[in-house]
Amino acid sequence: MNPDSRKAPITVNNLNMRYQYKPVLTDVSFEIPEGKTIAIVGPNGAGKSTLLKGIMGLEPLIEGEVKFFGEPLTKKRLATAYVPQREEIDWDFPIDVMDVVLMGRHGQLKLWQRPSKLDYEIAEQALKDLQMWDFKDRQISQLSGGQQQRVFLARALAQQASLYLMDEPFAGVDVATEKAIIELFKNLKAQGKTIVCVHHDLNTVGEYFDWIIFINARLVAAGPVETVLTKENLNKTYGGRLSLLNDLTETMYRTRLNQAHEND
Amino acid sequence: MQDWTVISQPSTWELLLDFWRFEDMNALWVLMGSVLLGISASIIGGFAFLRKRSLVGDALAHAALPGVMMAFLLFETRDPVVMFLGALTSSFIGFFIIDWLPKNTKIKPDAALAITLSFFFALGLMLLSYIQGLQVENKSGLDKILFGQAAAMTQDDITLLTYVTLFVLLNVALFFQKLRLIAFNTQYARSLGISVKFYEFLLALLIVMSVVVGLQLVGVVLMAAVLLTPVAAARFWSDQLSRILIIAGSLGALSAVISTQISYLAPAMPTGPWMVVSLASLFLLSMLFAPNKGLLKRFLEQKRLRQKVSEENVLRTLYKLNEQSNFTRRYFNLPDIQALRAIPIDTLKKTLRSLGGKDLVVESTKGYRMTDTGMEQATQLTRRHRLWESYLNQQVELTPEQVHSQAERIEHILNEEQEQQLEAELRDRHSDPHGKPIPESQGEIK
Repeated sequence: MNPDSRKAPITVNNLNMRYQYKPVLTDVSFEIPEGKTIAIVGPNGAGKSTLLKGIMGLEPLIEGEVKFFGEPLTKKRLATAYVPQREEIDWDFPIDVMDVVLMGRHGQLKLWQRPSKLDYEIAEQALKDLQMWDFKDRQISQLSGGQQQRVFLARALAQQASLYLMDEPFAGVDVATEKAIIELFKNLKAQGKTIVCVHHDLNTVGEYFDWIIFINARLVAAGPVETVLTKENLNKTYGGRLSLLNDLTETMYRTRLNQAHEND
Repeated sequence: MQDWTVISQPSTWELLLDFWRFEDMNALWVLMGSVLLGISASIIGGFAFLRKRSLVGDALAHAALPGVMMAFLLFETRDPVVMFLGALTSSFIGFFIIDWLPKNTKIKPDAALAITLSFFFALGLMLLSYIQGLQVENKSGLDKILFGQAAAMTQDDITLLTYVTLFVLLNVALFFQKLRLIAFNTQYARSLGISVKFYEFLLALLIVMSVVVGLQLVGVVLMAAVLLTPVAAARFWSDQLSRILIIAGSLGALSAVISTQISYLAPAMPTGPWMVVSLASLFLLSMLFAPNKGLLKRFLEQKRLRQKVSEENVLRTLYKLNEQSNFTRRYFNLPDIQALRAIPIDTLKKTLRSLGGKDLVVESTKGYRMTDTGMEQATQLTRRHRLWESYLNQQVELTPEQVHSQAERIEHILNEEQEQQLEAELRDRHSDPHGKPIPESQGEIK
């Protein structure tokens, strides 16, 4: 395909998500450019992780659709790699580092298929890229927080995707890991790959990312760092939610008004 | 039957010999069947354990009871396949209720489990007592599925058991990688496009099948223990999932051998409780004596550490006594040491004795004196203690009063590399926050 005609890696249209009756995200729409590093930024409870999960189809959408390179996710699975939050996993699980990274190859392995020699080589390279090769036989319970994060990144890298969605990769990591992640971003960008991260550190967001999506239950702004990283946007994002919007949306969900309306 | 046994009761020993000569073909079959069940239930239970769904097996086993009774009522036969299908059906109904309730109502999973389990079990007991009041043939052994009775198993039972357990083991071998992936990180598996629903259904099916064929042997009430106890015990032995499952399978097999044998020696004994009790004993042994994670090992390590700490504390005290006398006096007695550090006299004597055994301290009529090696070690400990105090004082800005108790602990674990790093980061590395000199490095300590 001619690069000019390529569709955006992610297009989000009118996305709505809720937790029971509480609205988490309301009417979020944006499109991201290819080959950039993109941060999703917002206060605690703004729905950053939920947005990522909604995009990946891991949590149900009430409304809206997400397109990957112009197609639904099922057609672009292999092009997309997801890095979950480190806290979501039981790190006491009996498994070693190499086996975790090999999981990245399972999207391409059918049913009972086991990883091949090639899969091992890909996993090896991914571990080396994150300076974790020496730990390949280590039990995951014996890793530090930063090392755990690098294992997760290596696993995503082993997927050889062109779009990476990461949930807080910089949270609670040591300096060495932070450097390794930035190095990884550089390499991926040089290959024209796109990275979307949930990020919580406003001090580094301008330095590490090309693009920012500000959310707080709704989309505040999305665009290149130079244009959207403004005091006004920060105030809008961190200055509390629009309570009327929230309350009315909750009432709408409670009364199931949206369903009643469709049936008219 | 009862009369016959009274007349010519063979001794337990003879029965045991009979059993292991495998002259009784039926006993051999039962043994093989129960070993297979022990293996497959332990292995498939391992995945339920890892997914933190340990109690699901218990609920499914209880949910099988009304199915067995209904199948008997409808078809008036004890054919194993009919019983199996009946149990499978009601177990699955139970499984879907447990799955559906939390997703669609405000009921939490644990409550859903408890409600379903007791309801199905009660229903099964009702049907069982109803059947026992009926005038039908074949009903006599039905109550045995409550607690299991290996000796009552027929050839047909064993054949079915063999097929089902082999099917379960084959599936685990085939889908091991995917089952492990889902158990480890379900959301990630979903993000890879793996059909998590399919594998969850497969896992449920395999658990239900293992539970249902195990009813004859272990019984409804205790089946959960056979699913879970082996893997819980095996968790103490290894950190490698494949190895854990193999150990769990072996423990399951071992408990099956023990319980079948007892059931053969004393046919009135239910197999289930014996199997579970032997599994629990194996669990207890694992918990206490496993080489790396056993409690005994942890206890010994703790004890060794405590010993090391008290020895090092005495060495440090001797150093301070030396220092107080400007290194002119070398012999000190027990009251000197106790004046500087509160140690019960018995502990102090014991510690000094063990320091003596290591040639770090020598005892004579003049008192206790550190050897050269002892002095070297004491100097190094003091150095580390004071370096750490200075570090806390300078970098963390703790007061001199606060830093001491911290350093009392850290001195025992600092290594040489960290010592050098500390030294490099300190502005003043000649005296500690209390104004005491920090002794120079002793180099490599033998």
